[in-house]
Amino acid sequence: MDTKPTLITPANPAIMQARPVKVRARHVNVFYGDKHAINDLSIDIPDRAVSAFIGPSGCGKSTFLRCINRMNDTIPTARVEGAITVDEQDIYDRSLDVVQLRANIGMVFQKPNPFPKSIYENVAYGPRIHGLAATKADLEGIVEKSLRRAGLWDEVKDRLQSPGTGLSGGQQQRLCIARAIAVDPEVILMDEPCSALDPIATARIEELIDELKQNYCIVIVTHSMQQAARVSQLTAFFHLGNLVEAGDTDVIFTNPQDRRTQDYITGRFG
Amino acid sequence: MSDHIVKAFDEELQTLKNMLARMGGLAEEELARAIDAISRRDGALADQVIASDAQVDALEREVEERAILVIARRQPMASDLREIMVAIRVSSDLERIGDFAKNIAKRTHAVSEDYPRRVMTGITRMGSLALEQLKDVLDAYVQHNEAKALEVWRKDEELDALYNSIFRELLTYMMEDPRTIGLCTHLLFAAKNIERIGDHCTNIAENVYYLVHGHPLTAERPKGDVTSITPMVTPEK
Repeated sequence: MDTKPTLITPANPAIMQARPVKVRARHVNVFYGDKHAINDLSIDIPDRAVSAFIGPSGCGKSTFLRCINRMNDTIPTARVEGAITVDEQDIYDRSLDVVQLRANIGMVFQKPNPFPKSIYENVAYGPRIHGLAATKADLEGIVEKSLRRAGLWDEVKDRLQSPGTGLSGGQQQRLCIARAIAVDPEVILMDEPCSALDPIATARIEELIDELKQNYCIVIVTHSMQQAARVSQLTAFFHLGNLVEAGDTDVIFTNPQDRRTQDYITGRFG
Repeated sequence: MSDHIVKAFDEELQTLKNMLARMGGLAEEELARAIDAISRRDGALADQVIASDAQVDALEREVEERAILVIARRQPMASDLREIMVAIRVSSDLERIGDFAKNIAKRTHAVSEDYPRRVMTGITRMGSLALEQLKDVLDAYVQHNEAKALEVWRKDEELDALYNSIFRELLTYMMEDPRTIGLCTHLLFAAKNIERIGDHCTNIAENVYYLVHGHPLTAERPKGDVTSITPMVTPEK
């Protein structure tokens, strides 16, 4: 598999110099039936950094995000071609355990979706089924650590048995992040994690993303350009199924090279 | 460039551009009249120039206020953000140019009847060159014409050279006849003010370059002003 980036401009973003590649995609094509949703996409995504995917609705950014943990497998008409590796391991390898893959690559969705169970169970469920805790005390430790990392512990420690669905939207989203990190993933995918939240709850999630990037490779799809500019180090702009431009966030938002990127981020797109 | 989806954003940017164009026009006029006033020793005209500078100052404040509002309202990105940052910087350069013109005009009253004619010719020449530079750089700014801006940027050397020769000339006069020291000092300041106006024109030129390319002009500008390192030598008898 060729490992040279084919579409990254400027040729060597500073963030790719500073971090190892975590996720590498080469010549990825995605079809939904006859619809060609992603066209020959190649990109390197850095470890321990936040990468943001931006672009108008239907541009393929969420579709590509879902390729990274093989969520598209659940759609019968979807077909993925090309190669995607995480730590140089082909994630479309037939012998790969998809359940294990999805534990390694956590996902947080637009709408907070806690299980209809207690706060504790929401976080404990994953580690328990993946056999990450030997004892009850271990499990309690993982739950506390995950809730602390998600910045939620102080708010819920006295009501761990109350239903997760009783929390506010922002708290629910942080609970979902705690649930994702409880199984000790390496990559966290976030699909518009703040679009249903108010600005204060959004700021808390952004602060959390900023802390999590010390340990994880984070990929976020967002419709808010300001959010992409605030939280990410690498930004990729998608348009009509094509990766138009990917580069250091500081460059993309001040001096993008492609006219389409320029038009989109300045609010000129029709 | 195509329009924004939000028309009010376009209008706000256009308003800023219009204000800058007005400021530029006013600064040009102020400079032309200041040079005219000092070279013809027209006190009344000088007073008009001094009074008119307040307009340029007021416009600078207004540009800044509006620019801040646009940033707060629209969170501009990329070329829009540069457009606004450059408008703030250019308005501050124009405000300084206005101040220098006003300062030149003020010195009109200090120039007495028996000034050395040849020196005034030099000041007039410097003045028209500076005026040309200002006009060209403002055109370059309005048209986003980076080639024209670079021309202005390079040409500043000529203004510096002219300033050098006037500087030397005035030194000679003062040494030959100490009674002219007061007058010559005023003219020396006027020449220095014009030279500084040239420098502000190069600032604007650099901003035009930044506006177009998105990164600053890093090359070293050719500099011709060596007066700060010119030793004063007594002429030989």
